[in-house]
Amino acid sequence: MYGGGNTFEGIKTDSLAQEDPGMLAAFEARIERGEKIEPSDWMPQLYRKQLIRMIEQHAHSEIIGALPEGTWITRAPGFKRKMALMAKVQDEVGHAQLLYSAAETLGKSREQMIDDLINGKSKYSNIFNYPTFTWADCCFISWLVDAGAIVNQLANAKGSYGPYCRALDRICAEESFHLKYGHHCVIYLASGTAKQRQMFQEALNRWWPPMMHFFGPSDKISAHTEVLMRWKVKMGTNDEMRNQFLDMYVPKIWELGFTIPDPNLKKNESGKWEYTEPDWEEFKRVINGDGPCNKERLEVRRVAEARGQWVREALKTPKTSYVTPLA
Amino acid sequence: MNTALKELLYKMADDQLILGHRNSEWTGMGPLLEEDIAFSSMAQDKIGQGLALYTLLQTLGESDPDTVAFTRNANQFHNCILVELPNQEYDFSLIRHFLFDSAEALRFEYLSHSSYEPLAQLARKIRGELRYHTLHANTWMKQLGSATEESIARLQNALEVALPYALGIFEASPYETELIDKKIFIGEAALKEKWVSKIESVINQTQLHLPDWKTLTPVYGGRIGKHSEHLQPLLDEMSEVFRIDPAAEW
Repeated sequence: MYGGGNTFEGIKTDSLAQEDPGMLAAFEARIERGEKIEPSDWMPQLYRKQLIRMIEQHAHSEIIGALPEGTWITRAPGFKRKMALMAKVQDEVGHAQLLYSAAETLGKSREQMIDDLINGKSKYSNIFNYPTFTWADCCFISWLVDAGAIVNQLANAKGSYGPYCRALDRICAEESFHLKYGHHCVIYLASGTAKQRQMFQEALNRWWPPMMHFFGPSDKISAHTEVLMRWKVKMGTNDEMRNQFLDMYVPKIWELGFTIPDPNLKKNESGKWEYTEPDWEEFKRVINGDGPCNKERLEVRRVAEARGQWVREALKTPKTSYVTPLA
Repeated sequence: MNTALKELLYKMADDQLILGHRNSEWTGMGPLLEEDIAFSSMAQDKIGQGLALYTLLQTLGESDPDTVAFTRNANQFHNCILVELPNQEYDFSLIRHFLFDSAEALRFEYLSHSSYEPLAQLARKIRGELRYHTLHANTWMKQLGSATEESIARLQNALEVALPYALGIFEASPYETELIDKKIFIGEAALKEKWVSKIESVINQTQLHLPDWKTLTPVYGGRIGKHSEHLQPLLDEMSEVFRIDPAAEW
């Protein structure tokens, strides 16, 4: 799953004036040549700050994203689905671990990041503020939200920061299995009973607006992020990513005989997808905390952190030093 | 022989399925990401082991694994009560994992020499997986059982709550003698004896202490379908989607 990268606020480039012009020019030249920036390399403060923000949001999205799907592990129908879903959600938590480590290379600790998440200071992917009412909602996430994530992540894997790119390469490999799993689940719903088809159609109707929001506000209204594109922090515009997703997945959804709840959705002669403009006011409202599940998601995270506090303490200050495993 | 063998396979399969289900409830809720991932791995192993055992039962004429796992009621399950208890806090989940998997590692070690070859083969595979489960449990027991005042007190308390249920793992089956005579399994009593010394050897390396075994009253009933109030809600949740249409393919 994926978060971040699409919710950049307007970038203030004033701080760049304080950077050493020679170092800045050399840094930009390296990126221009396609070199990766590594943790101990010189980088402008603004680059460091924006990367932390993006990788941290991505990591948060992985652990928050584990909740709407995780709740279906105990209800998954049959051994095959139960085992696959467990493995899938476990991967997502593993991605969080990997991404927090990547962000830590920039100087912010995992603990600080998780504190900022539960205090509401950091964002995560908006789509996980919506509820999964049925098994079909869970299948929608596994297939199409993960598909959207792959579109974003494949682009970002070509970015400039070494540790993030390497994490993304591994994540994308795992996500491609998630996508196959999700698609497989949906094929079974599509070719199953009338009730199963109806379940997925209803899920599609519920999730289409958040899915369109997933790629972030339209380029017409989104913040100016040219400097981030130049530094290969952001690898494509929101509309480009959305268009790529529609191009790859709308035909697959139609192929299964489902209806996408947007009468204006069509590919025009120039190969671009046209659609009803998503409700960006709702997007803003939800991302600022007023969505159907924001409070619950953060509360679950807060409770998990509080309940685990004594365990983490016991790891930090053991009376005895580390002991060798017994077996 | 089939009746005795099936009884053995059912109780083991049900144990794995139900504890796997409980372990999976830690997904997204672990005290740290690494433990979240570890409990998820163990959940996958256990559910997989359950599936393998149900598959073996199918070869003996029972229904397919999905039907067996997703359509029976609590009184038709033969798991011990220990595995169906709610996760509670991490202290209880860890203690249960330690007590149960220590028993399972020994159980499948013995079963790898079973005269029933399909079970012996499967046990050799499961034994390898359980090695990691006990490695994990013992490492955490030694760490938390010797760390802070709070961690030691919590583990001690959870240990005392869990032990009578853990003894329920070894509730004798009506077919013990037959299983032992036919060299299918060494029997619950022998297994329990080995388990006690294994548990003692680990606990002795921590600041925890074991109560006198003689003072403990085992909680039995699970093996004959008499369960706590916690099993049926777990099964209802597990089969929620499956029951929408048991004939459908998901």
